[in-house]
Amino acid sequence: MEHLISAEEISRERFYEIYRLSRKVKKALKEDRKKFSVLRGKCVVNLFFEPSTRTRSSFEKAGKFLSADVINITASASSLKKGESLIDTLKNLDMMHPDVIVLRHPCEGACYTVKRFINASIVNAGDGRHQHPTQALLDAVTLTEYFENLEGKKIAIIGDIVNSRVARSDAILFKTLGAEVFVYGPSPYMPRFPEAIGVKKLSSFEEVAEISDAVVLLRIQLERQNARKTFPSLREYAELYGMNKKRLSMLKKDAVVLHPGPFNRGVELNNDVVMSEKSLIFNQVETGLAVRMVVLSLLCRRKERLEEEVQ
Amino acid sequence: MRRLLIKGGFVVDPSQGIEKVCDILIEGGKVIKVEEGIPNTEASEVIDASGLIVSPGFIDLHSHLRDPGQEWKEDIESGSAAAVAGGITSVCCMANTDPVNDNPTVTRYIIEKAEKVGLCDVFPVGAITKGLKGEELAEIGLMVKAGIVAISDDGETPRDSKILRNAMDYARSLGIPVFTHSEDKSLSAGGHVNEGIVSTKLGIPGMPSEAEDIGTMRDILIAGLTGAHIHVCHVSSKGALSIIEWAKKKGINVTCEITPHHFTLTEEAVLEFDTNAKMCPPLRSKEDVEACRKALESGLADVIATDHAPHSEDEKLVEFCRAPFGIIGFQTLLPLSLELVRKGYLTLSELIKRLSTTPARIIRKKDLGTLKPGSKANITIFDPEEEYTLTRNEIRSKSFNTPFLGRKLKGRVKFTIYSGKIVYKNV
Repeated sequence: MEHLISAEEISRERFYEIYRLSRKVKKALKEDRKKFSVLRGKCVVNLFFEPSTRTRSSFEKAGKFLSADVINITASASSLKKGESLIDTLKNLDMMHPDVIVLRHPCEGACYTVKRFINASIVNAGDGRHQHPTQALLDAVTLTEYFENLEGKKIAIIGDIVNSRVARSDAILFKTLGAEVFVYGPSPYMPRFPEAIGVKKLSSFEEVAEISDAVVLLRIQLERQNARKTFPSLREYAELYGMNKKRLSMLKKDAVVLHPGPFNRGVELNNDVVMSEKSLIFNQVETGLAVRMVVLSLLCRRKERLEEEVQ
Repeated sequence: MRRLLIKGGFVVDPSQGIEKVCDILIEGGKVIKVEEGIPNTEASEVIDASGLIVSPGFIDLHSHLRDPGQEWKEDIESGSAAAVAGGITSVCCMANTDPVNDNPTVTRYIIEKAEKVGLCDVFPVGAITKGLKGEELAEIGLMVKAGIVAISDDGETPRDSKILRNAMDYARSLGIPVFTHSEDKSLSAGGHVNEGIVSTKLGIPGMPSEAEDIGTMRDILIAGLTGAHIHVCHVSSKGALSIIEWAKKKGINVTCEITPHHFTLTEEAVLEFDTNAKMCPPLRSKEDVEACRKALESGLADVIATDHAPHSEDEKLVEFCRAPFGIIGFQTLLPLSLELVRKGYLTLSELIKRLSTTPARIIRKKDLGTLKPGSKANITIFDPEEEYTLTRNEIRSKSFNTPFLGRKLKGRVKFTIYSGKIVYKNV
């Protein structure tokens, strides 16, 4: 694995390799083993041009648990504010010989823009509305742990699909793993060309409840709303599309609920959902850390060492 | 007196219905005669054009020369050099310079500088509104006196329909066409690519082709209201083409152009986030591309124009959504257009009509776009079969923003003659 920029790059084989390793890592973490020397001498740069708590701290911990040197750079502190171009910023960082650059950026395709100018491996930690492949990995690992296999499973993604990199990444990886993917939400948030990302539109929550083995709730991204609002109010969204006790009870018996976080309580879900046994939301966070440890090890070609050390 | 003889080429001049091997004699910047077997003794210089196509010089109705004000992208000298390397002997340049060409002083500056460079005609297009702001009419009458051939706010076509109506009314009385970039910008706002399969895959906000269709309909209806000649620029959508077809049937005075990139590439060219495939209107679906080709075939689309829009690498080497719209096009005009001949959409004569005869008529230049004796000796001589790779070395523009860089092209300009002088040769 040279870079990880899009969920399209993740084959079934690659996924199961990551799945297997991340389960081992998780087991070690659960045993409170949190320091490994897998990436000693390696350097990971977290370069974030968008606010992030979960993903950034997840990558930071992943690097530190593996003994890499981790540098965090946020946009406000960087020279971007001084007018430096993205390519120049990346080239400068690259001259300091990092092994992996974890990049989050508000523009779609930012990783492609810089890829050919640098030597380090790039992990896309979210580029605009395009991709967030480690989120897809951690969602798929979480679901695979629960179902053992996603073959033939029906997964519905609810919310702002057009503006969501999570939806795009999840849909592609879930499909690779043999699941059928559906989308549901306010019509202005539904893709006009769902076939482009291999999903089908559903037109009511009843349909979602009837067929879904898993439901992924998306955050309503207030920051990507422009002046022309695509829905009238948060209250209305919660009422018409939000997950609550009643809707939860309509789901199949062993169906589960995911949310990439951070969630807007009272909008796309409420406390009943967060606390429900159907919720895998907090498993996702733990899995995310393990998955990122695996991804960093793979990019640094230290897979065998990771395997040895987490035994 | 110096006399230039173009000998033995296959002459294609749709204005006279000529399509045969014959010779052309030029003197004093004008065509003297087009005949078979003109003896070499009549000339002081002879171009051997055997095996080559000889046509009236190409006329590009749509370009951006960036001069004055953005000379790091292009200037009149580099733009003229690139144009003649592409076989273009007349260039119409849009008004979005800095300062804007919204007054006769800027118009005269452009014309005088182009005359000094002396490689090709540069015909300025004047702004419709002052500063392209869509508020007050520019001094259109004075600019016509100074030499503009049309008016346009290009990408900033006035949103205010009353202002556009007034401009069209005025343009009609002055005998010039109005070039419109037709788009409902409130519908396409925030978009960077065509709204379609590719935008959905990439998550990049799209511009639906309906934004172009709505703009086209509005602009055409206002033209109909005023009786002005509207020339719709760079049509890229199937919908807009059917609206133009309707308008032509209805008798509205409308012509339109299609760019080589819109009849060559689909939206898939942006799949790798190549900012050199980002332009407005955007590359669209396969279906739209086919509609563009069919429109050129049937004559619904009157003209091929480049929308040559240079941007420096510093401006294009950025994130996709931060890159400016536009690509260069002078030097890819001929090879990409010849592809339509090879694919059977156009005959050679129909192609020359779209590149020269009709554009001359649209800007009302009677002595251009033709090889009739007495007309200006602007002539393009090309080899339709020569293959080459488009490298940076080939490009005469100051900017290199083209998705065709590194591509194999077929069809090469060998000589460009402007006003009787050889201004470009590649032999």
